[in-house]
Amino acid sequence: MLAGVKLCKVYGSGPTAVHALRDVDIALSEGELIVLLGASGSGKSTLLNILGGLDEPSTGRVEFRGAALDSGSVAALTRYRREHVGFVFQFYNLIPSLTALENVQLVTEIARDPMSAAEALERVQLGPRMHHFPAQLSGGEQQRVAIARAIAKKPDILLCDEPTGALDSKTGVIVLEAIRDVSRDLGTTTAVITHNIATGAMADRVITLADGRIATIEHNDAPIHPSQIHW
Amino acid sequence: MLNKKLVRDLWHIRGQVLAIALIIATGTGLLVMSIAMRASLQDSVAVYYERYRFADAFATLKRAPRRVARDINAIAGVQAVQTRIVGHATVGIADVAEPVQAQLVSLSRSGAPGLNQLALQKGRLPRSFASHEAVLASQFAEAHELGPGDRFTAVLNGRKRAFTVVGTAMSPEFVYVMAPGAMMPDDRRYGVIWLPEQTLAAAFDLDGAFNSVALALSREADVDAVLEAVDDVLDRYGGTGSIARADQMSNWFVMNELDEMETMATIMPTIFLLVAAFLVNVVLVRLIAVERSEIGLMKANGYSNGAVAWHYLKLVSVIALIGVVLGWALGGSLGRWGAGIYQDLFRLPVFVFSMQPSVYAGSAAVALATAWIGTIGGVARVVRLSPAEAMRPAQPTAYRPRREQGARARRWPDQATRIVLRQIARAPVRASGAVVGLSASIAVLVLALQWIDSIAALVNTQYFEAQHQDYSISFVEPRTAATEYDFRHLPSVLGTEASRSVPVWFSNGSRKHRGGLQGVPRNAWLQPVHDAREGPLEVPPDGLLLGRSLAEKLGVTTGDTVHVEVLTGTRPERDVVVAGLAESYMGMPAWTSLAALNRLVGDGPAIQQVLLAVDVAEEAELLARLKDLPIVTGISSRRAAVDMFQDTIQEMISVYVGFYVVFALMLGFGVSYNNARITLSENGRDLATLRVLGMTRGEIAYICLAETALLALVAIPVGYLLGYGLAALMATAFSNELFRVPLVVTPAVFGKATLVALGATFLSLLIVRARLDRLDLIGVLKTRE
Repeated sequence: MLAGVKLCKVYGSGPTAVHALRDVDIALSEGELIVLLGASGSGKSTLLNILGGLDEPSTGRVEFRGAALDSGSVAALTRYRREHVGFVFQFYNLIPSLTALENVQLVTEIARDPMSAAEALERVQLGPRMHHFPAQLSGGEQQRVAIARAIAKKPDILLCDEPTGALDSKTGVIVLEAIRDVSRDLGTTTAVITHNIATGAMADRVITLADGRIATIEHNDAPIHPSQIHW
Repeated sequence: MLNKKLVRDLWHIRGQVLAIALIIATGTGLLVMSIAMRASLQDSVAVYYERYRFADAFATLKRAPRRVARDINAIAGVQAVQTRIVGHATVGIADVAEPVQAQLVSLSRSGAPGLNQLALQKGRLPRSFASHEAVLASQFAEAHELGPGDRFTAVLNGRKRAFTVVGTAMSPEFVYVMAPGAMMPDDRRYGVIWLPEQTLAAAFDLDGAFNSVALALSREADVDAVLEAVDDVLDRYGGTGSIARADQMSNWFVMNELDEMETMATIMPTIFLLVAAFLVNVVLVRLIAVERSEIGLMKANGYSNGAVAWHYLKLVSVIALIGVVLGWALGGSLGRWGAGIYQDLFRLPVFVFSMQPSVYAGSAAVALATAWIGTIGGVARVVRLSPAEAMRPAQPTAYRPRREQGARARRWPDQATRIVLRQIARAPVRASGAVVGLSASIAVLVLALQWIDSIAALVNTQYFEAQHQDYSISFVEPRTAATEYDFRHLPSVLGTEASRSVPVWFSNGSRKHRGGLQGVPRNAWLQPVHDAREGPLEVPPDGLLLGRSLAEKLGVTTGDTVHVEVLTGTRPERDVVVAGLAESYMGMPAWTSLAALNRLVGDGPAIQQVLLAVDVAEEAELLARLKDLPIVTGISSRRAAVDMFQDTIQEMISVYVGFYVVFALMLGFGVSYNNARITLSENGRDLATLRVLGMTRGEIAYICLAETALLALVAIPVGYLLGYGLAALMATAFSNELFRVPLVVTPAVFGKATLVALGATFLSLLIVRARLDRLDLIGVLKTRE
């Protein structure tokens, strides 16, 4: 459904050039949950940004449902993100002056066929807290609001960059549960970046990056429930 | 190391540095400009008066033998006496159709430097006994393109004579040259001509005599006592009252002008500096708040509170000084340019550009103090925190938990608008700072632009509603009432109206005013007594109608009595009842009926002015006939007066309007840009997040810029009110004996001010919008709030 073909990303030029991605080929199939592992600087965030239409590859291309993304057009990339992609970030990135509900509504207002903002919050068990501002929510709750915001538009692809990176393990598990549940229930193709090898156990596929290349790909025939993950 | 940080910090926030500096520059620039302009003009005038020995007192009389000068010289306090002959003439210049009048002034025989010396601009002075040689006032010569070698004729006391121009000159006595009864100079129709004394003595039968005297007084002289003594001496020679320099026509206009500039120099810069102070404060407090964690870090590493405060004082001092230097440069050059324009307008042969170092120092001190107050407030807030606390980000603003809302409340506003509204609610001080700044910019525009309308209203009332004649003809000596009929039969004349004006002292106890008392015929229709608000008033058979400003000066009102001392003829004095008041925008008029005036003067039914309504299409022949009438001393055309008034006043006004529009634009731009930049820097992360979530550039531009736009909208009505108030304040501050500008603010002024102010805001938002389009989307995802 979503594929990166011969993706290269080079920052800078000449002797100071940094090769963040080198000839990466990757394909995500419908409804699949993959986990991207790798050390800092291995290229996983760059890959996710390119797949999510936030950044453009130096060479190579991204194909969504068989059609190549016009990575040169700001408007085309904006439309792609708006209609097809949900993002979850390490630091939640909620708008502090809007309540949980309003943060989700920010997305439902501009989406084509969204679920209601309240329903999205119910899905991450935040119904009772929907009228609180971010500053009144714990880190885990804020991240679940971010997940509700990402899934409210019923995206085809959900991209999560270190969603548990700023959370303790107990809260992290709750967040991973939320991601897995919406992915399964809505059939959303999901990619999760993490440092945490244990997280890989919940994925259909675990892809490890090193030095801008795909080092290993592991298929997991029996993913476990996030509640069984410990770190 | 801290200095390195300082330089890099400044470079990093260079946009804001420039915007703040711009606001400071506006305030200091305006201060420097206004003071420089006024001081330069004042000093130039002072030097001009000093260098060309402008007399301290003047007196006119019918005729006195030259030896009387010795009696005047003997009066205590009199340092020098210059007797002379003045007269009037109708001037004939080739190719000039309309009648031209001139005041003639004698040049001393000896050529010895006396009082009221000429500043020769071209050519030379007449040779002794070259009775046909003349020097023209520069402005008069220029208006007719006359220079040395050119010829003209003049009718002196009924005899036409030919003259040759040998030079053009300026004189401190005639900075402003005005025809008798005129309110504005008209260099084409009225001028000054200097002739050898014997030429005038022969023409006016004043051999060995004089009819005008100028005096230089010693510094310690009691001016009033000297004038009284002079009047005593000249009484039997037909003296019409001596006047001090302060009451001399030209000087009086110049001083009025300087007073107006004084008002300008105080009120406007104060407003700008206050607004600038407030804005700089708001911006600096916020700038320091952003540096919170840096301040914590510096303290954690052992820097003292004093060292930290000093660091930020240096930062803002640099910003303030950039503004001050910009303001100096701007204000200095605009001041020099503006003073140059006034020098041209005033025709001063000397120009001194005065700029006291204290003005530079003072403006810098005000700007620095403003910046420091803002900084110390901001730094003190942060310094009070422990280093550990300071290094943590500030507590997020506490928003109250919100209750379930109705469906209607949920639909509006949309979330983007909600963000905008809550940003404003979160920083009310900054928001009100922006509103104050933007409304001040609109107010200044309203103030500047309404002058044009006010002047138009003044002209309309004074020249179109109050006057209906086409020409006013005045005579040197009173004429019999029958003279009016001579004019009624001239070609193209449709109607006439005779009136009379005599110089008088009005007094009420110690309050005195020297002015003219106008005798108006009953049922006057060409120039009735006109009240600016009520329209034409019936002139009372007895008693006075006083202009409201004159009544205020004398401290009288309807029913009170005013002592009137006539300065011509037998100089009769009488107490006259004030029968009513009339609002007038120009001068300090007083009216009575023509019959009552003639009774008061006691020389029978006389007139001194005839007003003509003419068929303008056929006036050429009339003008030709008027040129040859020896009794006529002044012919003024209402149309020409309106044109002159507009030219002169509009030129001065447009200089000021131009300055204020530029300053208002700078202020509006600086304020909007700063506000939008602060919103962007405070919300950059959120805005980038929204872009990542799929919002378009246009949608986030709305969130970032709508705040400033909304504040600009709020500022519009505030600016209107403020502008109206300022205009009212200025109208009061500007009313003097010469003019009282009516307060007129038309809707179009509000409209134009709004367009200009919104234009400045729009431009600043476009610039910020360009930055928004370059937001780093990826960077924000990896940074903590």
